Amino acid sequence: MTFPRTGALLILMPLAAAALAFAWPGHGRALARISAAAMTAALAALTREIMAHGVQMHRVGGWGAPLGIELRADGLGVFMLIIAALIGVAVTLYSPSYFASRQPESAPAKHNDSRQNTPSRQAAPPTAKSRDEDGQPHRTRYFWPLFLFLWTALNALFLSADIFNLYVALELLGFGAVTLVALAGGHEALTAAMRYLWVSLAASLFYLLGVALVYGRCATVDLPSLASKAQPGPALWVALALMTGGLAAKAALFPMHFWLPPAHANAPAPVSALLSALVVKGPVYILLRLWFEAFHGLITPAATHALGALGAAAILWGSVRALVQPRLKLLVAYSTVAQLGYVFLLFPLAASPESGLAAWSGGLMFLGAHACAKTAIFLTAGNILHAAGHDRIRDLDGITHALPISAFAFGLAGLSLVGLPPSSGFAGKWMLLSASLAQGQWWWIAVILAGSLLAAAYVLRVLTHAFTRVPNPLTPKPVPPVMEWTALALAVAAVGLGFAAHGAAELLQVGAPNAVASRDNNGPPAKPASAQPQPQTPPEIRRLDSCPESTLPGAARPPHEPSPPDRTAHPGAAQRTPGPKGGHELSEAGVQPRRAAICLARQARRRSAGGWSA
Amino acid sequence: MVGVNAHQVILPGILLSSFLTGVIIFFLKEEKHRLRTWLNLLGAGLKLVLVAALLAGIFQGQHYSLTMDFLPGIPFALGADANSVLFVTLSTVLWFWTTLYAVGYLEDSPHRSRFFGFFSLCVTATTGIALSANLVTFLVFYELLTVSTYPLVVHRGTREAMRGGRMYLAYTLAGGTVLLLAVVWFCHLAGPVGFKERGVIEVLMVSHRGQLQMLFVLFMAGIGVKAAIVPLHGWLPKAMVAPAPVSALLHAVAVVKAGAFGIVRVVYDVYGVENAARLGVLQPLAVAAAVTILYGSTRALFQDELKKRLAFSTVSQVSYIVLGAAIIGPLATLGGLVHLVHQGLMKITLFFGAGNYAETLGVHRVSEMNGVGRRMPLTTAAFSVAALGMIGVPPLAGAITKSYLNQGAAAAGEHWVGLVLTASSLLNAAYFLPILYRAWLLSPPKNWPHPHHFGPWETHWMLLAAPLVTAALVIWAGVFADSSFSPLAWVKLIVAREYGP
Amino acid sequence: MPDAGPEIYLLAGVALFVTGVDSLLAQSHPLRRIMALNVMGSGVFLVFITLAARTPGAVPDPVPHAMVLTGIVVSVCATGLALALADRLPPATGKTRLEHRPDTPNSPPDRRKEEGE
Repeated sequence: MTFPRTGALLILMPLAAAALAFAWPGHGRALARISAAAMTAALAALTREIMAHGVQMHRVGGWGAPLGIELRADGLGVFMLIIAALIGVAVTLYSPSYFASRQPESAPAKHNDSRQNTPSRQAAPPTAKSRDEDGQPHRTRYFWPLFLFLWTALNALFLSADIFNLYVALELLGFGAVTLVALAGGHEALTAAMRYLWVSLAASLFYLLGVALVYGRCATVDLPSLASKAQPGPALWVALALMTGGLAAKAALFPMHFWLPPAHANAPAPVSALLSALVVKGPVYILLRLWFEAFHGLITPAATHALGALGAAAILWGSVRALVQPRLKLLVAYSTVAQLGYVFLLFPLAASPESGLAAWSGGLMFLGAHACAKTAIFLTAGNILHAAGHDRIRDLDGITHALPISAFAFGLAGLSLVGLPPSSGFAGKWMLLSASLAQGQWWWIAVILAGSLLAAAYVLRVLTHAFTRVPNPLTPKPVPPVMEWTALALAVAAVGLGFAAHGAAELLQVGAPNAVASRDNNGPPAKPASAQPQPQTPPEIRRLDSCPESTLPGAARPPHEPSPPDRTAHPGAAQRTPGPKGGHELSEAGVQPRRAAICLARQARRRSAGGWSA
Repeated sequence: MVGVNAHQVILPGILLSSFLTGVIIFFLKEEKHRLRTWLNLLGAGLKLVLVAALLAGIFQGQHYSLTMDFLPGIPFALGADANSVLFVTLSTVLWFWTTLYAVGYLEDSPHRSRFFGFFSLCVTATTGIALSANLVTFLVFYELLTVSTYPLVVHRGTREAMRGGRMYLAYTLAGGTVLLLAVVWFCHLAGPVGFKERGVIEVLMVSHRGQLQMLFVLFMAGIGVKAAIVPLHGWLPKAMVAPAPVSALLHAVAVVKAGAFGIVRVVYDVYGVENAARLGVLQPLAVAAAVTILYGSTRALFQDELKKRLAFSTVSQVSYIVLGAAIIGPLATLGGLVHLVHQGLMKITLFFGAGNYAETLGVHRVSEMNGVGRRMPLTTAAFSVAALGMIGVPPLAGAITKSYLNQGAAAAGEHWVGLVLTASSLLNAAYFLPILYRAWLLSPPKNWPHPHHFGPWETHWMLLAAPLVTAALVIWAGVFADSSFSPLAWVKLIVAREYGP
Repeated sequence: MPDAGPEIYLLAGVALFVTGVDSLLAQSHPLRRIMALNVMGSGVFLVFITLAARTPGAVPDPVPHAMVLTGIVVSVCATGLALALADRLPPATGKTRLEHRPDTPNSPPDRRKEEGE
């Protein structure tokens, strides 16, 4: 299977499964499993394909941007898709046991097993109505369609190549996420969902207003063409500020994180995992696309440093708040606020010509590490909640003895959060640290190291309870093994993926934005090409050209231009198999230095490897 | 991408023999006592065999290395150079006996699966530190050691144990963070370099002098926490709440030893001792080591709790190794490196002895030790051999160390070191001889605090075998120091490479 | 396009957006907030439509129209979701207003007291 099909499958399969799961509530689990398996296979094929042939693009129905929808698979997108699949598969495995075995957990901090007798239940019949007419648990019934819908939105987001499509995908993602938060029912969850909804919708509209201004200025919303068309100016600056503000709010960047802890802490465990691991990463992903690809020409160091400073504040504030939370899930939610801060350190570091690629890979590696580790931790928290009926950190003493595998999973995932080697969190931190050193931005080093120690402190707050001696151990409810083992598998992945750091960095180089990959590029990356004929077809021509036969992007090229050997129209794609010289000024200008950088890195690696195996 | 050469399974085999054992044991049911014991001994035995094979291979001129892709541009690299072999042999041999001892010691105590799982991970980390061929790999195992030791320190789960564990982690994680900074910075300056005799910083000596000095301070601060250099030693006496086999492991095989080994690595194989001397960073290190030696010995004098006394003694003794590294010249190096082995052998014997007293008689304090020699003659004999070795009585192992350090210091013109060593020996005698006096010459009390009977021998045979063997090794390392199968002989080889033409 | 020029429509759109933001922050009743969001959305759509006709006399660009149509569909969905949530909220909390408590999700209020509201 090759790209257009794999891409379509990644979007349509979960969408169809979501619709079917809604129509036939009894089959949600089976549908999720089938589509997870199919998507994993498609994603494997897609990864192989872009590693071999570079960036892949496809116009849905032959209609190009701006009117049509373009799908694009590059290193960054596929990296995110892989993370989403990893988490998605884990949640697919974990959720059936979780939902099958529990009563609604409206307010775990308040209610224990004797929930049936609490007055709140009698006082609030509509939400307590946890079963439908047919007797199926309310939450299971809607979980599967919503989960698959969320997965659809994520895949669509990571495959979109224009900023309007990104808006639509982002909005879908928000709908799925808000509804999943509300799924828990009860006062806290509904309040949190409502607050989340306000932030999400308002933020999306800020983003959309930005899109409108961008279109008014550049007459395109296509990411690659924006890179060449966007010139610095007040209109685009305002647009970018609006979009960034909206996305930062959705990504819960400090100080707009206030909605995140209640929303993440009150959702059912698998939902919390999805939210922390994936949903907040969606807007971060769009920010990366905007700042490093579409509008790199507009970005000033002051702006990237401002984002980095907010990230640093998030690391410190989130960690300190995590240290004082009474409940495990709240602690974990604040830890998400802190860990997202690291990803924002990528902005000041990756924008620099010196070792920008290291920071880029490092920040994204960190993002992946956090996704795995945080999912493992939320699933563990779910296990604890299941076994004990509460998640008060103070009273966890007996519990971890009963759940050794969950405790072990928590510990392993904690390693990655703290960034201890050889975890993937360490790999990410290492790359960020070495980029900071190379650029002499030592203040980020201080923040990263301080954040590690704080993370160690809050992870340890929980972990010490695994070792304390209890006079009369509780006899908690047994936890289905699959729930424990899924959490452990993800935690092992979070640690083991440190050894995949190298492979991840290679994947991320495929079509990495020129802004990041080049060593000597200070201005807008595509400037030299503005006077030259572009390999990219201008939108006007494309609109005329678009006919069903031109599904392959190469078909839409002007006749004078030789087709490059790979089937792509995106300039960044030429890096692996560069086309013939003529007519490729744009791609060559951007790509040459990057290829040099990659060569350097490879040589260095060969040298070092040779030195040890000789 | 894995770079493989002949006999390639040996290096990963040495690591996996304990790692896989640990993982399997972790998931064993608590009551599978026999299976767990067999797995433990199997893993330890297999590791011994593999290390023996490694030694044999190296004698035949075989070169061992293994690289794996890890961070972009920096491989995960294992290798076996002379220093590695010294440390890996020490830790493997001692681990075998510590395992045996721990099995006997923890009979019928709760959470043994967890304990032995982390116990094995701890040794994996230690051998990993020994076999690391570059700084990043060293860092990986160094932190793994921190993490896998914590559950052992807090194993008893009491309030005091948790406090000790918190203290341990606070020190070691902070140290690890400093070390991380040092390693990132160093790799940024020097690239993905490996360990090499006489250092790898030759090209940077002129251009980056200031940064190299700064980095040396960071390295020493980061690693010095584990090596318990004053004032970074605070965790070690607090970590004494751990069960005796863990203390033995901490002091003789793993944590403190890993710190000392790390300092040796940085001084000899990253900086190169002569480069370090030219940077002027060795003198302060020597002073820190001397202060630690005197401080530890003095504090040990005033401890009534036996394990605390031994802990402060460790603080003092480990800095002999650091001192040896901080004085330039082959003789001092010889003294320092060989003490890596000697201190391990002696201190593990002392802790085994202390554990036996606590487990068999309930004796925890020096003041309760009257007449233990009559009740437990074999244990006390082993204990006495190790204590006399520590004081530096010839022909035991400690004497070898002290004489080489003395000669080395004199050769380097550092005459003050001789005074420090003499003072330390006097202090050693002052805190060990009263124990021996009480144990052998005073009469035992009518009732021991918590007596416990273990069949025909004076204590459980596993508890007895381990200290007897290690005490025998202490004697062997001293008496046969000049034979070709002694720690000293091997260390001479290392020194020849560091200082050779 | 009228002679007044697109600026006035642009300004009107931005004014609508700002009004919406203001009410969203100032109002706490879910229904008012939903309306505020819709006003914001209308502002954005107005900006879009205006920008479609930025060259006077030329045929307006169809692309923004398509986008606005999509945007309206999204905003209808959003409104529906928000209404559904708002509908569930009073019985669960016994209140029709959302109190503003950023960081403290615990402590459900006494429901019976305000149930009659």
